[in-house]
Amino acid sequence: MVGRTLYDKLWQSHVVHTQDDGTSLIYIDRHLVHEVTSPQAFEGLRIAGRRPWRVAANLATPDHNVPTTDRTKGISDAVSRIQVETLDKNCAEFGITEFKMDDVRQGIVHVIGPEQGAILPGMTVVCGDSHTSTHGAFGALAFGIGTSEVEHVLATQCLIQKKSKNLLISIDGEVGPGVTAKDIVLAIIGRIGTAGGTGYAIEFGGTGIQALSMEGRMTVCNMAIEAGARAGMVAVDNKTIEFVKGRPFSPQGKFWEMAVVAWQDLRSDDSAAFDHTVRIAGADIKPQVTWGTSPEMVTAVDGRVPDPQHESDATKREGMQAALDYMGLAANTPMTAIKPDKVFIGSCTNSRIEDLRAAASVVQGKKVAASIKLAMVVPGSGLVKMQAEQEGLDKIFMKAGFEWREPGCSMCLAMNADRLAPGERCASTSNRNFEGRQGQDGRTHLVSPAMAAAAAIAGHFVDVRNA
Amino acid sequence: MEKFNTMTAIVAPLNRANVDTDAIIPKQFLKSIKRTGFGPNLFDQWRYLDHGEPGMENRRRSENPDFILNQHRYRHASILLARENFGCGSSREHAPWALEDYGFRVIIAPSFADIFYNNCFKNGILPITLDAEVVNGLFEAIYAVEKSDKDRYQLSVNLASQTIVTPSGESIAFDVDAFRKHCLLNGLDDIDLTFGHVDAIKAYEKRRAAQAPWLFTS
Ligand code: SF4
Repeated sequence: MVGRTLYDKLWQSHVVHTQDDGTSLIYIDRHLVHEVTSPQAFEGLRIAGRRPWRVAANLATPDHNVPTTDRTKGISDAVSRIQVETLDKNCAEFGITEFKMDDVRQGIVHVIGPEQGAILPGMTVVCGDSHTSTHGAFGALAFGIGTSEVEHVLATQCLIQKKSKNLLISIDGEVGPGVTAKDIVLAIIGRIGTAGGTGYAIEFGGTGIQALSMEGRMTVCNMAIEAGARAGMVAVDNKTIEFVKGRPFSPQGKFWEMAVVAWQDLRSDDSAAFDHTVRIAGADIKPQVTWGTSPEMVTAVDGRVPDPQHESDATKREGMQAALDYMGLAANTPMTAIKPDKVFIGSCTNSRIEDLRAAASVVQGKKVAASIKLAMVVPGSGLVKMQAEQEGLDKIFMKAGFEWREPGCSMCLAMNADRLAPGERCASTSNRNFEGRQGQDGRTHLVSPAMAAAAAIAGHFVDVRNA
Repeated sequence: MEKFNTMTAIVAPLNRANVDTDAIIPKQFLKSIKRTGFGPNLFDQWRYLDHGEPGMENRRRSENPDFILNQHRYRHASILLARENFGCGSSREHAPWALEDYGFRVIIAPSFADIFYNNCFKNGILPITLDAEVVNGLFEAIYAVEKSDKDRYQLSVNLASQTIVTPSGESIAFDVDAFRKHCLLNGLDDIDLTFGHVDAIKAYEKRRAAQAPWLFTS
């Protein structure tokens, strides 16, 4: 018998109904909700006179619009405030659990879900947010959905889906010191491109992935969407189970014992067939820095800005040139000669405790370069912030000249007050370097937390392996 | 959802690859809690010379004359032609809402990002995937018409027969998922369809709760 992939297993265990053409109704175990993509969905429910199908499956928090400075003053931008208040009202009206802005458990939706044990192996997890792929790190099928689908899940606990193809990305062998999960995923996107995973569910495997912590696996799965795949996932092992254990939403007692037994099967069978496989040697991966306006425009820190003249495909060449113009970079510039104006450590990609520890260890006892206008650390949740403060990381950052902020999405997409001014260049641990992502005409270079910290100290990108 | 069957309309050529959802509708406009009114801010940072914010009177803002949709001949386009990986990035449904509100009902590209592609169908927009060479041919045909300053370039799209007819009478076939086609042709609402399976959902829950009870405790 041909074995099944992890994705096949997750899919099959959630099929409610399948039509002749393969279109299926899939059951959703966990629905995360934030303020930006949900108001129109709740409005739709209200208009149709419907209630959520299973209230307890939902967990909400505001994250995109919340200020990262003193919260006691509320939100000064009226439009942002209305959106957050609308979430509060909707959750109250429909009885959905919400961690509000002043709750210590509030944070980026993709950080708080796992932190609370609300994401369990074997679940289907959705959210009106493309980085829902993060939760695949737990051996779950997790993907982003649009607002119509948010309403669909609220109303029916199901989604209409077609099965994707299976793609295995194997990192063979561990990465070297100073190379992180972020570098792994940027290197993957550099290899397969931002559309490389379109139509696939990606399983990240190999010893290089197995060696990662749960935080690291979340970072990798987080950016599956940047490789074009709605879902990325990692097989369950002891690290997964250890991470989930004892969290507020995790099963306990007899149910815990049962769950742990069931979770042992959440891996691809040895005989499973993938539609496509990509292998990358862990030892070949170096710290990465993006140079353009798409995550696939990335190179190793010891490389140079590429020269569009060497690109034979005309559309690609024009795209590269447009990216260099936007980024204000000349071809062939060494990556280490690029000088950021601002440094942002945060986002659902890299704002967990391990990320902050990695950045702090680079920063410790040093000072942010005088040329850096702003260096900020935005923890992923109130609980991450608390933990970091208990470990004294906040002191290390502040002593070095970093600002230490309240949790939220912040300058990852600049919907709140944190943003780049036109022309400003940022070393950012977030996931998207699109034009204007961090502020109109702002220029983003995606890097790991350690690389961002090292750039803040040096005033230009440096190879953190020599820092 | 509005039905879609056939349409003949002007095609606007947006000659870019990887047009992301941040470009289609910048984040400051996502603060709206409505589904409508995003059209004036479609492609905001390319379309206007100043920085757009919600609540501005868009008619008074200065347009970027170089942006394709601001050129007179493309003002009333309802078909958008683009390059690969259109709609990549976020899951924001505000992107198809903005395209639809502006007046686009068909988008043609060599490839689309998955979530965006899916969101289009939920909003009465037909995304059509064609081979890169065919798309390239359409770009060239449009530019040739533009140079000759003749009529505007129009395409006729027929969803039922899955064909596009060019001004010269050439017919191009396209693929579309049968179920999505059926929903779009009939303007069917997904939630209503799913409520037709209530018994199956309840039966699933019962079965699953027996196997994996921990999923139903909180
Ligand atoms: S941190 Fe950035 S990518 Fe993550 S959910 Fe927030 S805005 Fe989206």
